[in-house]
Amino acid sequence: MTQATPVKVVTANSLIEGDVVWLAKDGSWTDSLQSANAFTDKADAQTALEQANLRQNEVVGCYLADMRLGPTGLEPAHFREDFRRRGPSNYAHGKQSQG
Amino acid sequence: MYQYDEFDRAFIAERNRQFRAQVDRRIDGSLTEEEFRPLRLMNGLYLQLHAYMLRVAIPYGTLNSAQLRQLAMIATRWDKGYGHFTTRQNIQYNWPRLTDVPDILDALAEVGLHAIQTSGNTIRNVTSDQFAAAAADEIEDPRPYAELIRQWSTDHPEFQFLPRKFKIAITGSPNDRAVTKAHDIGLRMVRQNGETGFEVIVGGGLGRTPMIGKVIRDFVPVADLLPYLEAIVGTYNLLGRRDNKYKARIKITVHENGLEKVRDLVEAQFRKIAPQFDAGATAQHLAQLKQQFAAPDLPPRDDQRYHDARRIDGVFRAWADTNLHPHRAAGYSIVTISLKPHGGTPGDATDAQMTLIADLADRYALGEIRVSHEQNLVLPHVALDDLPALHQALRAAGLATANVGLASDIIACPGMDYCALATARSIPVAQEIAQHVDALKLEHDIGPLKIKISGCINACGHHHVGHIGILGLDRAGVENYQITLGGDGSEDAVIGTRTGPGFAYDQIVPAVERILRAYLDLRRDRSETFLQAYRRLGADPFKAALYHTEQEDAA
Repeated sequence: MTQATPVKVVTANSLIEGDVVWLAKDGSWTDSLQSANAFTDKADAQTALEQANLRQNEVVGCYLADMRLGPTGLEPAHFREDFRRRGPSNYAHGKQSQG
Repeated sequence: MYQYDEFDRAFIAERNRQFRAQVDRRIDGSLTEEEFRPLRLMNGLYLQLHAYMLRVAIPYGTLNSAQLRQLAMIATRWDKGYGHFTTRQNIQYNWPRLTDVPDILDALAEVGLHAIQTSGNTIRNVTSDQFAAAAADEIEDPRPYAELIRQWSTDHPEFQFLPRKFKIAITGSPNDRAVTKAHDIGLRMVRQNGETGFEVIVGGGLGRTPMIGKVIRDFVPVADLLPYLEAIVGTYNLLGRRDNKYKARIKITVHENGLEKVRDLVEAQFRKIAPQFDAGATAQHLAQLKQQFAAPDLPPRDDQRYHDARRIDGVFRAWADTNLHPHRAAGYSIVTISLKPHGGTPGDATDAQMTLIADLADRYALGEIRVSHEQNLVLPHVALDDLPALHQALRAAGLATANVGLASDIIACPGMDYCALATARSIPVAQEIAQHVDALKLEHDIGPLKIKISGCINACGHHHVGHIGILGLDRAGVENYQITLGGDGSEDAVIGTRTGPGFAYDQIVPAVERILRAYLDLRRDRSETFLQAYRRLGADPFKAALYHTEQEDAA
């Protein structure tokens, strides 16, 4: 059985909406986890985080989140990131409402 | 109720103008997030898991219908069509855009509401008994005193940067519905030799170090209330542990220094500062406030329709049995509107529901609404004869759940579904317990029971004082739920006792059911409540039911 690869992504909340966003490969902020840039190298991830932290006019509270890269793409390594990915349990008011 | 005067209006308008400029400066890059964060928190604006959250103060839980309608309008226009009422009698909006918040604050100001000091290390919204001025057991309406404290504490220059947040609760009734013993300061109105004053309790609080408050002075006359409070908060401001945020609340100050030392310092400070207060001016102002909170005129009313409805309509009778509370005036009742439909989110009300309740308050309750710390809404003055019509209107809107004080009337904090601090979810656990006890048709048989759920150790869901308390934690990356039993938030306040190892998310509802069934088996008769049975029997038979069955299931 193939082990999922541990990776890191840069995540934050958007400044105006407060939405959960991830840093994409093209340097934009995406609202889709599957479009996030997955870093396998810790130094690369740290550099990306430091650069993202400079973009205060776009986002708030950047940090590195642990993910796993499996056959179906990026999966959160912790349930907190899973809730950030999909939105709250009680209403389809978060990202789950966006399909 | 209190009406803003010209000073209040100008004060709030200026604060809102300042905040609008601060938001603009954050967006244009003049302010960093580090600089902006304390400014937004001073106006009740948090950043949560999925969005910003705006916490709006509802001082001492009192609203008029115009205010509730405006809260509904804000939910419609700037949020996702609902608001969440909290255990500190605030309302929270879970989805505002940063750029909309100044407009929301202006809309609040139009009806005499604000979000000042709903966050930060300052004196928070003063909470009180949701049945104030209506309850049959009341000594005196506590709200004029709560308003006095609000005015004293708002923007008090000495208390804007306290070691930690500071919460005051006040009750005018010996039956404590404001959880005064779990607040930094609890005020319980008492009479001594014909004079009204306050028993002052200090150093209560829940969170990671739960403590029941201690009586620092058994009688503070009304004239001394503000200087005595100022002496307590001033003493805490000096002694409080700023080196460690987990030890910064006044409960730790009292615990580490001892009540006697704190009392000596407070009394010395009180003697020093009391002469600086103008007791005459305060008394005059308090008299004006009391006029604003004057008891409503409640003319005698017939109650035949109420008795007829009780006789012929079982649904009405079930609702009346659980959701009504004795009123001080004959022919009237206090109505609690449950915001806990089975399977719903505890404390949430849609914009349509808020508007309807405002309309019903105008029609049946003199336009007044209260928010309870148990996350329900209250119509404080309803004639018994109007209750059948009120019940019909509530029922049509899904607001007539007959469960106040029962197993599904659960306090639940927002938990990890919203809160950035949470370590596990609370809301779906509450939803599933409520649905389960409803499906089993057990809760009316079980009778009075308080289940309280927190999604982290900060205990916003008051789990420590739940008869059954549930604390959600992160155990090695998995949601896990600890159970405490025997807690009580009343005038006999007690911190609950942890039963043992926690339960996985999919095991917590069956675990609660085992406790409930054990109670049904163990109680003397239907008149013995869960808490009484627990106090008589101790934790052991409930622990046995919890863990023995689990081991059998696993075998």
